[in-house]
Amino acid sequence: MISIQNEDFSLGDEYAAIRTRAGDVGAIVTFTGLVREIYGDDSTAGAVQSLTIEHYPGMTEKCLKDIQLKAEDRWPLLATRIIHRVGELCNHDQIVLVATASAHRNAAFESAEFIMDYLKSEAPFWKKQKSESESSWIESRYTDKAALDRWQKS
Amino acid sequence: MLNIQYFASIREALNRSEEELELPRDVKSVQALIDYLVSGNPHFEAVFIESGDSKDGKVLVAVNQTIVDRRHLLSQNDEVAFFPPVTGG
Repeated sequence: MISIQNEDFSLGDEYAAIRTRAGDVGAIVTFTGLVREIYGDDSTAGAVQSLTIEHYPGMTEKCLKDIQLKAEDRWPLLATRIIHRVGELCNHDQIVLVATASAHRNAAFESAEFIMDYLKSEAPFWKKQKSESESSWIESRYTDKAALDRWQKS
Repeated sequence: MLNIQYFASIREALNRSEEELELPRDVKSVQALIDYLVSGNPHFEAVFIESGDSKDGKVLVAVNQTIVDRRHLLSQNDEVAFFPPVTGG
């Protein structure tokens, strides 16, 4: 299940929902991403006041669906859940939720990481940060690409 | 008609989010479309030429919502999007 939304989400509600949906589940992993105060190495820009997330409607959903299917091909998953927020967010707000459910923990851990790694380097979202003095687009990081490479070896 | 969309820093640099374009007959590939858009337009030139063809180029291209490389061949009615490397999550 995939949602792109401006509204916040409740980790508790999502956990309860995937637990019900997964049936005879042995392991659920949830990952939540939050807005940090400082992005990148540029601490001179000052603390971030807010973050605006833009996306490409249509392609975003298609891309996340593809990532979800790839994960389901690779691990025996009982259910997956992806939520990504868009629009204006503040410091410490929740941005993203990935939850995976499986019979065993390895599949749940690994698939959650796999989905996040692919989401970060392929899903068409862009973050713009606003500090007191300026607003600027956050640059993509090489480490995200490196994170992806490890899934392509095996 | 080709539908062209621009996102994030590229949308701001070009000051436009979307446009319709009749695909010129000699424009076959994504690269040819870029060359066509750039010709005589300094704003497009600044966005597209600077990025060169390095592996981590500054401009990514999607055709019909799938990322493609610049040799990809275009068809009339394609949805083409130009955007910077993604930063979600």
